Amino acid sequence: MDLLRFITAGSVDDGKSTLIGRLLYDTKNILADQMEAIERASKSRNVGEIDLALLTDGLRSEREQGITIDVAYKYFQTPNRKFISIDAPGHIQYTRNMVTGASNADLAIILVDARHGVVEQTRRHSLIASMLGIPHVIVAINKMDLIGNSEDGFLAIAKDYKELAEKLNIKHLTLIPVSALNGDNIVDRSENMPWYTGETLLSVLENVNVLKDQNQDDARFAVQYVIRPQTDELHDYRGYAGRIQSGTFKKGDAVKILPSEQESKIAKIEFGGNEIESASVLESVTILLEDDIDISRGDSIVALTNSPVVSQDIEAIVCWMDDKKTLKPGNKYVLQHGTSRSRCSVRDIEYQIDINSYEKLEDVESLKLNDVARIVIRTAQPIAFDSYQKNRANGAAILIDETSNVTVGACMIE
Amino acid sequence: MSISVKDVSDISYREADEIRNSPDYLDQLEAEAIYIMREVAGQFERPALLFSGGKDSITLVRLAQKAFAPGKIPFPLVHVDTGHNFIEAIEYRDQLAEEIGAKLVVRYVEDTIKAKGLKEQTGKNASRNWLQTFTLLDTIEEFEFDACIGGARRDEEKARAKERIFSFRDEFGQWDPKRQRPELWNLFNGRISKGENVRVFPISNWTELDVWAYLKRENITLPSIYFAHQRELILRDGKLLNNTPVIEKDENDQIVTRQVRFRTVGDMTCTAAVESSASTLDEVIAEISISRISERGETRIDDQQTEAAMEDRKKGGYF
Repeated sequence: MDLLRFITAGSVDDGKSTLIGRLLYDTKNILADQMEAIERASKSRNVGEIDLALLTDGLRSEREQGITIDVAYKYFQTPNRKFISIDAPGHIQYTRNMVTGASNADLAIILVDARHGVVEQTRRHSLIASMLGIPHVIVAINKMDLIGNSEDGFLAIAKDYKELAEKLNIKHLTLIPVSALNGDNIVDRSENMPWYTGETLLSVLENVNVLKDQNQDDARFAVQYVIRPQTDELHDYRGYAGRIQSGTFKKGDAVKILPSEQESKIAKIEFGGNEIESASVLESVTILLEDDIDISRGDSIVALTNSPVVSQDIEAIVCWMDDKKTLKPGNKYVLQHGTSRSRCSVRDIEYQIDINSYEKLEDVESLKLNDVARIVIRTAQPIAFDSYQKNRANGAAILIDETSNVTVGACMIE
Repeated sequence: MSISVKDVSDISYREADEIRNSPDYLDQLEAEAIYIMREVAGQFERPALLFSGGKDSITLVRLAQKAFAPGKIPFPLVHVDTGHNFIEAIEYRDQLAEEIGAKLVVRYVEDTIKAKGLKEQTGKNASRNWLQTFTLLDTIEEFEFDACIGGARRDEEKARAKERIFSFRDEFGQWDPKRQRPELWNLFNGRISKGENVRVFPISNWTELDVWAYLKRENITLPSIYFAHQRELILRDGKLLNNTPVIEKDENDQIVTRQVRFRTVGDMTCTAAVESSASTLDEVIAEISISRISERGETRIDDQQTEAAMEDRKKGGYF
């Protein structure tokens, strides 16, 4: 049984927290004491019936304001799969939180209120899902009960959405008519919408193929730590600890170390101190090489014949996340990519992307919180990267403010 | 363009053999936790692993062993001892540290209380749980720890569900939920200034059942209190507390002997036992799988005081 991480995007008004609550409730993942706590809280807040949204809002200010501010994680399982649901806030001022949640998701559920159809917020959430390279998108048209469970209503929204999706890069898309409040087409098929012949939401979550979306081709490994026990019996042991970012490595493979361009062969791959034959994407292993080369944290080990780009010049889509300072050309930051860190300076803002209309805005002088733009960066040391859309693990980077140490930008290298 | 219900789906589904050969979730969680352990070792000068002898920190130790094998764990194990801990957990702690050749640092809440003249809670529900924070912060200062690895999980409690894996703490050890650093992909930002530190939670994404399943798979021995045994207990407000002199009793408390096990192992004053006949890992897993009550709901008295009890403790520097 494997693990699926999905993000839900939409505002409270769209019923996002109710949808998660419904998924947990209908798959029997809410425990008795949690249910009692929700009942108590619902009563004290006079919401009438049980408010399933109270399950996910964890911070005091969130409960007070009745909105989700930060990313919340919920865990549940069915006999077929384990799930991590990443609940991200939907308001525009929390775009950075949605980007954060989306960065680790295999699938996105975008909620649309059936009464309102595709709105600005839908466009924004879809752009973020596409930009962050989430391969599977489910558009849940919620509150179908409020438009009389109408097939025509659903199809009209589906048509609008498909037109919007053509401008984006969404590999796999499905639209499902649901009512989170009543539980229609969430876990159980709805009797109210007999015309809908597709899958329920849970059925898609359980059966979607996420393994296929991993990059299996380009062998990439970022060295996190060098293991040197320096004991008598392990005197010469030098193991490179890291996680396979993409592709597969096996014993005997010819490899190249970047950015130094030195060549060697894999002598051994170990996991937990035991030798294994090969290791593939997302496995945390230790690699030993045949040659004694100077390698440290931040270096990459890659297939000899299939190399990423090694350069000090990077072009990337950035989502700006600092609420205090703006990004301007000439500003200096620390760029963290894989396990490497390098000082860098922003050379240029090529254009900003209006995240609601998708229009390109030229002659932009600075970026403020939640702005998305294509920028040009020059790093102090060469970086070994792939394009994000081809290789999420080796095409992602963050910008760190050198003085406050805060993460201020999410970069998707082009 | 006209569109029908058939046109609205283009999702790629798994074939039967792909479901059969799908990666195991425990392997996925383990690989992620090992990656996080190694990020700590790679990014920090003086990390520490907070180790209590409870099941979550026992899991952390195994993950750290795997992360750095065949080398030793490159940081000490640290325990803040309230003096009200279960003897079985303390013995286990000392034994494990010796077995794996790890450095063990123990600091006592009792010493902090004396040195700082702290006022302890009194009365029947008195607990040193909150005072642990002072000792922890002092220990961090004493050893200049810049990262402390802890066994907190997001499924435990709703404030924890909001916390980052690399959770930044200011020089006073405080967590500010509104100023958390965005945590993107697996690019953990551990840059800090002197005096600040980071709490790191490698098993954030594990559930209680995942931990038990892992302990079983890894064939790990646990302290005996996790399994069913006869014990003399205080029955108070429907909860079973260990009958120990450190818990003040009154006429409403009833002393009973029951067959119990502990589902969580914390300070004796705030950890309740559950009635059980489960004497093996398999039996414990079976019981938890059908339990309709959450881990902290069943056994933790400290979280039930207010809706935001954990959030408030964390803001003050708690684990």
